[in-house]
Amino acid sequence: MGGMRAAGDLVARMQMTRRMRLKEAKEYVAGKLGCTTRDLSDPVAMEIIRQDHGLGLLTMTSSTHPALPGMMEAKFNISKLLDIPINSVERFKERTTGY
Amino acid sequence: MEPKIPTRMGDGSLVEMTRSEIKADLEEGTQIAAKKAKVDVLTQDELDHLLDIYASAARFTAVDIGEEVVLSNDGTGTKHIGNRVQDLQSYETLLGIDIPELWQADYSYKAVKTNVAHEGQSMKIAQALLTNPVQYGAMPDLGRYSKPDGPIPNWSELLPMGKIDEARDAQVEACGMLVEDINFVADAMIEAGADGIDMDTTGAAGDADFLAALTACRQLREKYPWLGIEIGMASEFVLGMHGQLEYDGERLAGMWPKKQLEMVTAAGASIYGPAVNINTGKSTAWNIARAITFIKPAAEVATIPVHVNVGMGVGGVPTCLFPPADATSRASKAFVEILKIDGY
Repeated sequence: MGGMRAAGDLVARMQMTRRMRLKEAKEYVAGKLGCTTRDLSDPVAMEIIRQDHGLGLLTMTSSTHPALPGMMEAKFNISKLLDIPINSVERFKERTTGY
Repeated sequence: MEPKIPTRMGDGSLVEMTRSEIKADLEEGTQIAAKKAKVDVLTQDELDHLLDIYASAARFTAVDIGEEVVLSNDGTGTKHIGNRVQDLQSYETLLGIDIPELWQADYSYKAVKTNVAHEGQSMKIAQALLTNPVQYGAMPDLGRYSKPDGPIPNWSELLPMGKIDEARDAQVEACGMLVEDINFVADAMIEAGADGIDMDTTGAAGDADFLAALTACRQLREKYPWLGIEIGMASEFVLGMHGQLEYDGERLAGMWPKKQLEMVTAAGASIYGPAVNINTGKSTAWNIARAITFIKPAAEVATIPVHVNVGMGVGGVPTCLFPPADATSRASKAFVEILKIDGY
């Protein structure tokens, strides 16, 4: 589906975490994002949607976003948006509770 | 005279066949699979659809826009360009895959166990640098526990000597060790932040190998309800190296994809990966019809995602080092459009 070039990572997370089949996973993610299921594999549509929701963007020569959420930061937002635990996010919280 | 169309053999060689010859191969492939697995042959509509996909000279083909599926991986990267985490980043950034997989060259849970802290550190770094879900993968690889590689008497030596009970006992003992090792490695990777665990080429050593994966899967699911667990198979058929092992009261030996799926689902896996091996002496058309016929009964009843193994030597893709895109893209399109699979 293009991974994080589009929304493949989000649909994959629903398959992995909730054991959803493809149709259900796409509908779930599209519902959370307020877009169509076709948008999920469209890198042009998803660039805007990912930016709006802070879900991380690819950093390329002509497009870097140091002031936007990326990688671990983006995964915090993905976890909240999709209402699923993300292991690395939970570990991050667990290991930084003193601050 | 009927025009010839360039197409592939199961070993990857480029040959020319007429549309009628491709049609005949599709029909033979589905009939052979149906007879072997005692399942239905593909319908005429499905065979016609396959013929449209395979009787084409196009360099590349694809599903319609919006019909894309999730791409998981058993192994990601070459291990020879940069480091492994850079491989994962390249796959995320440049290739657009959905679930990259951290792995080591000795692709076996037993081998990983001795190096688990370093593997966990690589997973931790990968988790910090990637946005996509990253799973850790290796083979159950039960044979590693038998002599001379492991401590258990070698059942492949005991069986020809007629020592059936000893061979069975050896496999059961090895199975217990393997379950412990899968849990050991998985626990460490999950501590390091892994999103999922992949048991790849499951059943390669037969029914005890499959039993170990199912047992470990259920234990992991009980510990980690959110965990992605992918069980990818080694073959369309579970070999009965033991012959009497059961899971949830079902005999594992001789299981075809539909029964494999039922076991994998009952064990709590997130994703089932059926595998159908290639016959290198037959055309890719023959092989795809055979593979789809084997997997169709599973895809029809699945309640969890099905990611068909579509790559070097399995799932209609030729057995060769650099699978040509004409063959990989045709196989992918065929599985998605006919079986409505969830990924590959």
